[in-house]
Amino acid sequence: MMSVETEIRFKLNGREVSLKVPVAMKTLAMLRDKLGMTGTKYACGEGECGACTVEVDGRTVNSCLMYAVDCDGRELVTIEGLRTPEGLHPVQQAFVDHGAVQCGFCMPGMIMQAKNLIENNPGLTREEAQRGLEGNLCRCTGYTKVLDAVEAVVSGKSCGSRP
Amino acid sequence: MQETATASPTVKETLIGQRVRKPDAPDKATGKTRYINDMVLPQMLIGKVLFAGRPHARIVRIDTGAAQKLPGVHAVLTGKDVAELRFGFVRDNVALKDKVRCEHDEIAAVAAETEEIACRALELIEVEYEDLPGVFSPEAGAREDAPQIHDRFPGNKSLAFEFRHGDLAAAEAASELIVDNVFRPHHVTHCCMGTSCAIADFDHNGKLTIWTQTQYPYNYKMDLAPALGIHPGDIRVIQPPVGGAFGSKLDVYPYEPIAALLARKTGRPVKVMYSREEEFKASPTRQAAIIHMRTGCTRDGVLTFRTADVLLDNGAYTSWGPTIPVIMMRTTSGHYRVPVVDFKAQAIYTNNPYAGSFRGYGNVQTTWATAQQMDMLAEMVDIDPLEFHLKNAQRSGEVTPQRSFLRECALVECLETAATASDYSRKRKEYAALRDAPGRYKKGIGLASSIHNAGGAKIHKSDGIGTILKMDDYARVTVITGASEIGQGIDAVITLIVAEELGVPLEHVTLVNNDSDVAPWDVGVHASRTTFIAGNGTRRAARKAKAQILNAAAKMLEESPEDLDLRAGSVVRNTDGAALIKLERVLRQMHFQAEPELVMVTDYYEPKSEPEGAAHVSDHSAAYSHAVHIAEITVDTLTGEIKVDKVTVAQDVGRVINRMGLEGQIEGGLAIGLGYALSEDMRIENGMLKNACFRDYKLITAPEMPPLDLHFIESHCAEGPYGAKGISELPTIVIAPAIANALYNATGVRIFDPPMSPEKVARAIFERCAPAGSGAVEPRLAGTAA
Repeated sequence: MMSVETEIRFKLNGREVSLKVPVAMKTLAMLRDKLGMTGTKYACGEGECGACTVEVDGRTVNSCLMYAVDCDGRELVTIEGLRTPEGLHPVQQAFVDHGAVQCGFCMPGMIMQAKNLIENNPGLTREEAQRGLEGNLCRCTGYTKVLDAVEAVVSGKSCGSRP
Repeated sequence: MQETATASPTVKETLIGQRVRKPDAPDKATGKTRYINDMVLPQMLIGKVLFAGRPHARIVRIDTGAAQKLPGVHAVLTGKDVAELRFGFVRDNVALKDKVRCEHDEIAAVAAETEEIACRALELIEVEYEDLPGVFSPEAGAREDAPQIHDRFPGNKSLAFEFRHGDLAAAEAASELIVDNVFRPHHVTHCCMGTSCAIADFDHNGKLTIWTQTQYPYNYKMDLAPALGIHPGDIRVIQPPVGGAFGSKLDVYPYEPIAALLARKTGRPVKVMYSREEEFKASPTRQAAIIHMRTGCTRDGVLTFRTADVLLDNGAYTSWGPTIPVIMMRTTSGHYRVPVVDFKAQAIYTNNPYAGSFRGYGNVQTTWATAQQMDMLAEMVDIDPLEFHLKNAQRSGEVTPQRSFLRECALVECLETAATASDYSRKRKEYAALRDAPGRYKKGIGLASSIHNAGGAKIHKSDGIGTILKMDDYARVTVITGASEIGQGIDAVITLIVAEELGVPLEHVTLVNNDSDVAPWDVGVHASRTTFIAGNGTRRAARKAKAQILNAAAKMLEESPEDLDLRAGSVVRNTDGAALIKLERVLRQMHFQAEPELVMVTDYYEPKSEPEGAAHVSDHSAAYSHAVHIAEITVDTLTGEIKVDKVTVAQDVGRVINRMGLEGQIEGGLAIGLGYALSEDMRIENGMLKNACFRDYKLITAPEMPPLDLHFIESHCAEGPYGAKGISELPTIVIAPAIANALYNATGVRIFDPPMSPEKVARAIFERCAPAGSGAVEPRLAGTAA
């Protein structure tokens, strides 16, 4: 079944992409195995952990559940797409500064979700962030520093950590 | 007035206790880090494993013919290929089995060009099984007529441990109050976000390179070698970044030798990576146990004795799980001043999944029992639990019956700090008084504490670490160390210590700690030891380098080395802090002078601790530490749901090194403990795991994480780096019984078998309110009059 392929075109992190994908392939596998974009993580493959979160047309999705063919004509943003030539995205920087990253495996998905929450709700409260990140599992941090980082982005605070 | 002008250069600014970022965080936050799960090597094949999917069976016939012929398949292996390549603690395991002893037993393995082909090949393997009656609990396994799981272990008996101290009969006679309960800590699993993965490749000299998630690279070689029939010296271990470990990678598990066996057979690199379902089924668990514990005290509330009779569910094979009594007995004998102790533990083979080590290592289970019994006894004595704890708390300099020497003991400060910060005593009384008042939601507050090793644990012959530190002509520092990084943050700690000692910027320090051919020995990241042990090793190495540099600089400057220091990238004069010469200039001059020298120092640090020993009477850690948790909860008495409103933590950390990393370890460790307490539960029925997914195995999520009030008590450990102690397991250990005690405070019910799920709590509350005689879940308070 995987051998039946179809051609798709979409925008990935601002660049046009066209490629052939097996019809049964999920977006996560396309990103990781076809395009070598390993920033987006596999951790459950069932839409239960959020490690594979990407943005599709401005909404976050679990890329492990979305068929690659459904990317056709859409605009995807992955964790690799957040960085600018000037450096890290403010959400990425806040996660680094606030110690939200330990093993870091869930962080690409967590950061994508956090960025999306903040962009859609500039006055995001800590409680709203908690609910908004419910679908992103982390085994290392207990979420506290993740929420600290999100709060800091919203309020523009710094925590004074050292590089 | 002059304050702004006198920011004195003579006072050195210290990094100890500051907030330092993890050096690897930017790459992790941008998706740049290449985890082992992301790695692809040229020519790499994908390995897949055929699991038995039944708990106990004889393999009658296995036919791999069709799988072998499938195009794209390069190798198929079965138990016949590894017949005598036994490995594991008691050599009871093989990479591929000739008999099924648990659901996830590895029956065959395939290496193929793609995962799809490998999966198809597994489907083509025909296996005929003859199912055998199984053993699904340690009690059942211990029965005389129980089915035998291993021929070599009659009676299904695995490891056994014993420790006795003092005259138990006399202590019992002197006890006016005794609590006697059976606790049943359950199976939970690590749930590392990065699933288990290994990549193996043999060169043509017969040397194996294995990319692995291991957290103990050196003993790993020793443990892996027999599974392959090769010499440990012929193994190179490379540790790429991993998605968590938490103790799960402290042993060799069959997928690792399977990757290596497939690589040897095919001559190509082979990667084996688990799916989440495979991860749930085939990775280790926390040890389930049945703990029969008794604790006695006098009418005045002075502890008289504690006994623990522990039956461990060994599972099908012996990994680190059945060794946890080594720590269980330390808590039984050392959690508060217990003059008389009687501990015994027996592990029984079953056809259940088998346990490995998991953050907290036996102490999670033991403290679940000891900390609840402390609370029960306090109620029987009829004093505030805080007072009861304080009355029995050890002070600095005390020695436990197992000879753990509590040099710097801050238990009293931890208790007082947490109780004051949370207003514990007042709230406890208030909530208890409201327990039987009308209303669906009840508030409760509960206190628990524990003790844990905080300076390594000498359960191997060595608990030491090797460190190599070198500096280049630009004053960049490279630390080559055995200390493994699994996300816990030793990279930040080592960087901080080097910067502190050598006065270089944090970003000028590079760590090399992931290649056993390069980095020197270390026992591994476990037992809350790495900041303590690697911190000491790094500091010692840095101080050697500093002495060498200052001696050379003193000659150049015609000063005395004692008058010089390294700060902010320069050699400075101690007295006025004046910068005399750039550090990198000194290093270049040293290198290019008539008698050239390079700065490249080595250090081997072995902590002053005693080997565990067969009698278990030894000062086995270089430090011990305590933590107190006070949990405040709201219980929905209708649904049984527990909401944790706040947790106050007071922990003896010795000294804060990296404040941000320390907070992160405590928050994260506590979250694992919260899952253990409230929701995580491997539902194993007749040896088969029924909830192998995150939908049904419930981790703590962001909305469930309560606010934490953290208090770090600095006891200044003489042996620790800058006074620090190891910290990372206690947060996982203490929280569950704190919640259990809060549940009792709120509702008058106790749960002995975690998790405290809504169903169990609701049933217990219902039964407590039901007519007398149905009090099966009431604590069995065996109060006896002397």
